[in-house]
Amino acid sequence: MTHPGEITRRQLLRRIGLTAFVAGPGAGLLSACATAGGGGTPSSAAPATTLAASADPKNPFGVDPNKPLEVTIFSGGYTDAYAKDIHEPMYKKAFPGASIKHNATQQIGIQLRPRFVSGDAPDVVNNSGPESMDLVALAGQGHLADLSVLFDAPSYDDPGKKVRDTVTPAVITNAKIDGKDLVLNYTVSHRALWYNARLFEQKGWTVPKTWAEFTALGELAKKEGILLFAYPGQVGPYYQTWNVLYTAAKIGGNQVIIDIDNLVDNAWLADPVKKAVAAWVDVQTKYGDKAYFGLDHTQTQVKQLQNKLLFYPTGSWIENEMVKDIPDDFEYAIAPIPDVTPTDAMPYGAIQVGVGENFVVGAKGKNPQGGLEYLRIMLSKEGAKGFTEKTQNLTVVNGAAEGVDLPAALRSAAKAQDAAGQNIITDARFEGWYKELFDYATEQINVVMAGRSTPEEFCANVQKKADEIKKDSKVSKQTRSE
Amino acid sequence: MERLRKYGFIAGFLAVPVILYSVFVISPYIQAFQISLTDWDGYAANLNYVGLENFAKLFDDDAFWQALRNHGILLLVLPLATIVIALFFSFLINLGGGSNGAGMRGIWGSKFYRVVFFFPQVLAVAVVGVLFKAIYRPDEYGVVNGALIKLGLDPVGWLVEPGLALWAVIAVMIWQAVGFYVVLFSAGMAAIPKDYFEAAALDGAGRFRLFFSITLPLLRDTVQVGWVYLGIAAFDGFALIQVLAGDKGEPDGTTHVLPVQIWKTAFNYSEYGYASAMGVALFFLTVTFAVLTLRTTRRERIEY
Repeated sequence: MTHPGEITRRQLLRRIGLTAFVAGPGAGLLSACATAGGGGTPSSAAPATTLAASADPKNPFGVDPNKPLEVTIFSGGYTDAYAKDIHEPMYKKAFPGASIKHNATQQIGIQLRPRFVSGDAPDVVNNSGPESMDLVALAGQGHLADLSVLFDAPSYDDPGKKVRDTVTPAVITNAKIDGKDLVLNYTVSHRALWYNARLFEQKGWTVPKTWAEFTALGELAKKEGILLFAYPGQVGPYYQTWNVLYTAAKIGGNQVIIDIDNLVDNAWLADPVKKAVAAWVDVQTKYGDKAYFGLDHTQTQVKQLQNKLLFYPTGSWIENEMVKDIPDDFEYAIAPIPDVTPTDAMPYGAIQVGVGENFVVGAKGKNPQGGLEYLRIMLSKEGAKGFTEKTQNLTVVNGAAEGVDLPAALRSAAKAQDAAGQNIITDARFEGWYKELFDYATEQINVVMAGRSTPEEFCANVQKKADEIKKDSKVSKQTRSE
Repeated sequence: MERLRKYGFIAGFLAVPVILYSVFVISPYIQAFQISLTDWDGYAANLNYVGLENFAKLFDDDAFWQALRNHGILLLVLPLATIVIALFFSFLINLGGGSNGAGMRGIWGSKFYRVVFFFPQVLAVAVVGVLFKAIYRPDEYGVVNGALIKLGLDPVGWLVEPGLALWAVIAVMIWQAVGFYVVLFSAGMAAIPKDYFEAAALDGAGRFRLFFSITLPLLRDTVQVGWVYLGIAAFDGFALIQVLAGDKGEPDGTTHVLPVQIWKTAFNYSEYGYASAMGVALFFLTVTFAVLTLRTTRRERIEY
């Protein structure tokens, strides 16, 4: 275990990153994204979907300047203003002769699935939301354009730099489906426990670093009629699935999640998973309230704004999500998961930092070159900064948030990431790879948290489901090494 | 020539509805049967036939069996409870008033109640779902639990306790359905000639006797239709359960129903073949139910 006092060379660099962050919010944050890269092996296995990159750094994909471009954006929490007001005008500026067909919807799958099947897909798709498409299935049919040409293309701002060197390395590792770079993850988020920093100031409480401190605070809060912890049992119980998985990774290291993702035999029966589940069940039983099993995420989040609960497991989008309801004496801040055991594999301070919000380019559409160029524009500093300004969320583009006035939650997340250094908890990718398994685990989370099954039963049940998925030859298998 | 003109005229009128019906109803059914024999993922251009594999998988699917059990409970409770309550109310509204047996009219204010009972039917199912979510809300903001807490009682997790959730959903379904059947049965009762009641009343029959010996037997056809409708509704519950309990059958699979599973399997898990197999199973269940109900309750009609 490293202690906060010991400064290694790496950490020193990170401290410098912090300075950069103070100078320009986001700069240090993004360069510090520590889901180590190294996935720089461009695949050349998909001739049908690979587009050749030309030598012209202004137009590396050889876009026909007069060809129309079709863009479909998921108009959820981020709305579609960032596309309509930032990225599309940038494309128009570069290719004044091209017309852009902009389409915003919340039903990506329902609208686009038939169009993909009939070979008439839009060029750029923001695949997101509850009705998003199954990218693994789309990839299997060769509908997704290979993005390795994009990652190897010169960046929009500096022709001397490849796109892959301007983004956080997790973009490259998370782009892969069946070994090919097919998905662009555009946003960065930080997940752990979120609390009201003002309330803690006012009460003179400190953020608990160990499980003993955590539960002691639970006792204190109980006396004031405040719950230590709650998660929404309806709509958003997967927040708790994440929370338990990240806790397991904190206890046993990222390998716990990697094994689960790779469907390694008995991965769910690993001791850290059991310990994590048991620890949270204990918190729920002693300091929780079963009413929350019947509340959805918004109802639960409103109750946190009313200071009825201290810690809520979610991500850094929370402030933007609740922005209209946040009272003056409430300030979102992130708290790392406390040490569960004295010998946790990751020291206190570890948080999850991940990339999200999928963008793909239709390989069989009318203008895939334009689609790639559109993504390159999104990954420019101007495009990414515009996104951050419009949505109050960070992008994967290094240093793009410089000069943007970030909300409190993002400032807190950046600080926490800096403190975490190398101890970044990885994302659980089986959520996208084996949705059925993730849904089942989430269903079982409610059962075990409500005390209707034991942590051992939880692990055994989910393992059984994982075994079924592993045996099912129809489910296309994905693997990860880091 | 005359014949051709005559039938050509009729066929001309029928062609459009028949084509619309074939395209939008018959062909999707046939396609569902076809897809249920494949492992189609919703994206592949060609179908890959796997025989009856999807149906074999159904037999090992715990969630499927749990859904069938839930449909069984729904099938027993929903039609019976709705019809009993609707009959009771429509009897009161139409025949329950006046001094004992004398006037064949409804109780005081029956015109008002008739309208009020129909209100839930006017609301969209999604609205009803949201409404009851607020009523069932498990904390102090819930309509029921707020009152319970004020009375010093413990709140009840209507939709979170595995023993209660399905019943809470059924209660909402009954609440919404009763109004329609009150109107349906009222219409049926209005068609029964008043002389029957007057004759029976003269012979000294009380209200109970009137109901069980005259109203109910003469309403048989209407009740039967209602039974089939409600039975088919018991195989649905899609929208209401989606809103009230979500799509995971929570808690503990007690609110699993086939339509939600089909939707989730197809659109969330991209297993269109398997989802179609579930759809085919659901098709046979509903058809079997409807045929059985109509067959077993068939009886000679009474003309009046």
